[in-house]
Amino acid sequence: KWLRLASAKLDVGVVLLSTHRLVWRDQKNHECCISIPLSQIIFFEEQAAGVGKSAKIVIHLHPAPTNKEPGPYQHSKFSYIKLSFKEHGQIEFYRRLTEEMTQKRWENTPASQPIPTATASQAGRTRAVGIVGIERKLEEKRKETDKNISEAFEDLNKLMVKAKEMVELSRSIASKIKEKQGDITEDETIRFKSYLLSMGIADPVTRETHGSGTHYHMQLAKQLSDMLQAPLEERGGMMALTEVYCLVNRARGMELLSPEDLVNACKMFESLKLPLRLRVFDSGVMVVQLQSHSEEEMIVSALDNVSDKGSLTAEEFAKLLGLSVLLSKERLLLAEKMGHLCRDDSVEGLRFYPNLF
Amino acid sequence: MQSFEWPWQYNFPPFFTLQPNVDTRQKQLAAWCSLALSYCRHRKLYTLDVLEAQESALFNNKKISRKLSVEAIQVIFEELRKKGNLEWMDKNKTRCLIMWRRPEEWGKLIYQWVSKNGMVNSVFTLYELSSGEDTESEEFHGLEEWMLLRALQALQSEGKAEVISLDDGKGVKFF
Repeated sequence: KWLRLASAKLDVGVVLLSTHRLVWRDQKNHECCISIPLSQIIFFEEQAAGVGKSAKIVIHLHPAPTNKEPGPYQHSKFSYIKLSFKEHGQIEFYRRLTEEMTQKRWENTPASQPIPTATASQAGRTRAVGIVGIERKLEEKRKETDKNISEAFEDLNKLMVKAKEMVELSRSIASKIKEKQGDITEDETIRFKSYLLSMGIADPVTRETHGSGTHYHMQLAKQLSDMLQAPLEERGGMMALTEVYCLVNRARGMELLSPEDLVNACKMFESLKLPLRLRVFDSGVMVVQLQSHSEEEMIVSALDNVSDKGSLTAEEFAKLLGLSVLLSKERLLLAEKMGHLCRDDSVEGLRFYPNLF
Repeated sequence: MQSFEWPWQYNFPPFFTLQPNVDTRQKQLAAWCSLALSYCRHRKLYTLDVLEAQESALFNNKKISRKLSVEAIQVIFEELRKKGNLEWMDKNKTRCLIMWRRPEEWGKLIYQWVSKNGMVNSVFTLYELSSGEDTESEEFHGLEEWMLLRALQALQSEGKAEVISLDDGKGVKFF
């Protein structure tokens, strides 16, 4: 680890790398140290070790600037320095130097303190530089993160602007189609609508989103009807729409259904004369049930269950019937609405009793 | 005092939860009104304080650990008020007069007693009616003055009596 220059004054030492400069400190005389700003480095390369030769790193430098601080040598005929790694550390140093030269962090923040000159009183300053250096590093890291985040969001903003343009475009095309109804064949209209659908833009042309629906939803409804027969029968004829969603998508694996598509398809069951029904409870809970399933019968049987046990909570009822708590609660609420049950609401929870009033 | 006989609903937990089903609620409220009035009649209570009432045996059945919420009590009191059995004493609805017999009903009882004993056309002081020896066996014995007065005023509006002022208070003449 020596600098081979005109004289042999600089021999064994330690080379230190910071984000701003390269520092060499004499191992024996700690007060002797010199530095080169990284900005002065044009290029650097490794020189592998060989027989009798230690590994080296050659650093090519810019010509010295006129405002150069006084150093050990005012000028030199060489435009490079060689760092010879007698023991070890060359690989690691090369890697770190590459990192610092790539990041060029000295460009972001100016060096706050000059390297301590060769005076003993400066020894304490070295340590202060260390802490300040750490703080500076943290600050730089934070700025970097900030920059990355805002750059990422810039892309997102651009995407949203493009999407808006797309929607506008599709709307204008759709309205043009509407105007020129006679000129465009129905086939093309349907194709255009399906393109829109596949892009996720809800059909802007037809008013009704359910009822008449689209071909896609019709097909989907038929598919669902076939698929759900068995599961529904297993579960006593009724399933919450969320359960259906999970079941269907798990089975599909790919080309998953969106919740919207599922609801729209289910709304078509009745008009397509399929044996399933989509039903919405007062609370907003949506279920799919077999047409043959009679909720009224279920309610009467609920009354029997409750009378049998004296009183039941939704959880107890669910356990009894093997239904989900959500569905069993809906059934109890419906029975209450019909006047078969009444409720007892206390700190102990919500229980249902036969309506003896 | 005889022990009060609680109706079956009193031991039915749902009785203490305000029922959401409209028809069920109507039946529930009717039962509560009836219970409240008979309880007050039994204990000869003429006024109620809402907060105290919530802790009383009437609205709080410790045996089944159920009690009515203040909200439910207010609903019941409103029903009673609509039926003419309750009157609020203050704007904040913290105290009320409870008339388990409406003034008109009291008036009728009193007049029956008066005519039965052939004392029509005589004058009575209020004190005589509520606390006199002659009325000891009557239901209206011990009636609080404000209630007695209202009863007599009811009779007055029917033309069966007239409330008059006497030296040391009020009195009534029956026709």
